Amino acid sequence: MQSISTKDNISVRIKKDRIFLGLVVLLSVVTVSPIVLIIFKLIAKGYKQLSFGFLVEKMPDTMQAMTAVTNNELIPGGIANAILGTLLMVVLASVIAIPVGIISGVYLYENQGKWMANLTRSVSDILQGVPSIVLGLISYIWVVKHVTHGFSALAGSVSLAIMMLPMIVRSTEETLKMIPQTLKEAGLALGIPYWRVLFGILIPTGFSGLMTGILLAVSRVIGETAPLMLTALGSSVINANIAKPTSAIPLVIWEFYNDPNMVDLIWSSSLLLMIMVLAFNLTAKQIAASRK
Amino acid sequence: MNTNILEIKDPILSIQDLSVAYDKNVAVKSVSVGIKKNNVTAIMGPSGCGKSTLLRALNRMHELYENITTTGSVLLNDEDIFKMSPIKLRRKTGMVFQRPNPFPTMSIYDNVIAGYKLNGISQKKQERDEIVERSLRDVALWDEVKDSLTKKGTFLSGGQQQRLCIARALAFNPEIILLDEPTSALDPVATSKIEDLLIKLKESYTIIMVTHNMSQAARISDYSLFMYLGELVEYGKTKNMFTNPQDRRTEEYLTGKFG
Repeated sequence: MQSISTKDNISVRIKKDRIFLGLVVLLSVVTVSPIVLIIFKLIAKGYKQLSFGFLVEKMPDTMQAMTAVTNNELIPGGIANAILGTLLMVVLASVIAIPVGIISGVYLYENQGKWMANLTRSVSDILQGVPSIVLGLISYIWVVKHVTHGFSALAGSVSLAIMMLPMIVRSTEETLKMIPQTLKEAGLALGIPYWRVLFGILIPTGFSGLMTGILLAVSRVIGETAPLMLTALGSSVINANIAKPTSAIPLVIWEFYNDPNMVDLIWSSSLLLMIMVLAFNLTAKQIAASRK
Repeated sequence: MNTNILEIKDPILSIQDLSVAYDKNVAVKSVSVGIKKNNVTAIMGPSGCGKSTLLRALNRMHELYENITTTGSVLLNDEDIFKMSPIKLRRKTGMVFQRPNPFPTMSIYDNVIAGYKLNGISQKKQERDEIVERSLRDVALWDEVKDSLTKKGTFLSGGQQQRLCIARALAFNPEIILLDEPTSALDPVATSKIEDLLIKLKESYTIIMVTHNMSQAARISDYSLFMYLGELVEYGKTKNMFTNPQDRRTEEYLTGKFG
């Protein structure tokens, strides 16, 4: 029998194999490096400003910042107004988007293949592709002009909620689809009305899936800037009134960028935002993994 | 009238001219049969003969799916099941599925009491405890799980899970228990436990069971239905049917010529 390959042939193949392996490693490094570089840069430039005061004090005014910069000191104050504004708007957006999104997801799950459901699903997918600044504009027209008659946290929340909606709708539908049909049948076979089967059996069973979707949606909108510029506007004071202009972390980053005296604060603010996004993302991953 | 179909006097459940169709595909063709109280009735037949479809018509499970149409009537204690509310009907008919399906987020205790809890029926804790204990004793699971009632139902073995599902169906004290191949996912030991259990349970309940295991039907059922291609071919006492089948198709199925 003829030997399958000569010695030379094998060494060529080993070389090819090594080159390919090298290429895979190189491209993986290229993929990973942006996030590593970003985090490295943010930590290197932002850690000095990051302190307890940064989290609990409100934004400094330009004069305070200028004095500190000319004296070569750390800029006083923090971004508590922005942190609280972000939390306020994200919580409010979730309160709006979660019930609507889950109910729509249930509707899609229960009406597979029907034209109304298919249309709803397509529209929801299109909504996911709408540029966020357009959503900001819509919320400006709906809420800023007609409801709160001025820039407001509510308007910001509405634009964020619209962004969250398609993600929650889709994750709800996908999660419910993964629950065995017989579980629903078993509930109904006990004479339990549908809505109690839904809230008592299906949603608790798919809870981790729904939670993952919600957390990913939150981590997506928490860094949104464009729609908030048109709706929440920003504010240098701590505000808990949803009808008043409100600050948010991405908004103060933009403000700091435009103010030469405060430009140093963009790093610590970005670092904080990044930490929050990562926390939501990793928690979502953790929940998704624990499900399996 | 088909002479191969035994007539039952005073049936608890009387199925009359029942047909079920998936879209235009008729899966059960005008079946008329009476079910005797406090007996085990087995529905046999090769795959796709419509036996599960027939069973699931009895607690109106088909109404969950819009492409399925059911015609004919079914009387439970002389009351038309298609005229009562499905919720009332389903409390009178417990159902057990092919694969054990305890509610995964609930403890063993909560699984048994789920029918009451999720129906929003308020009870004293003592009443609940009694129902849980009675139901679990009924399925001979009480001694095995009485110290771990707060554990998740899904931690039990397959056979225990299936008995838990039977207990869940018994909690409402139904008149009829519908079982859809309840042992097809279980090992022989767990299967024989469930079979013993069903023989014991028929003292207080009427049992209708789908099975494609002929020897199981022979072991535990009092009456047997043989279905073929959606048609009820033969119905009679199990003993008679196995020793002296009337229809050629029944005989060929029972002797293993097809199925």
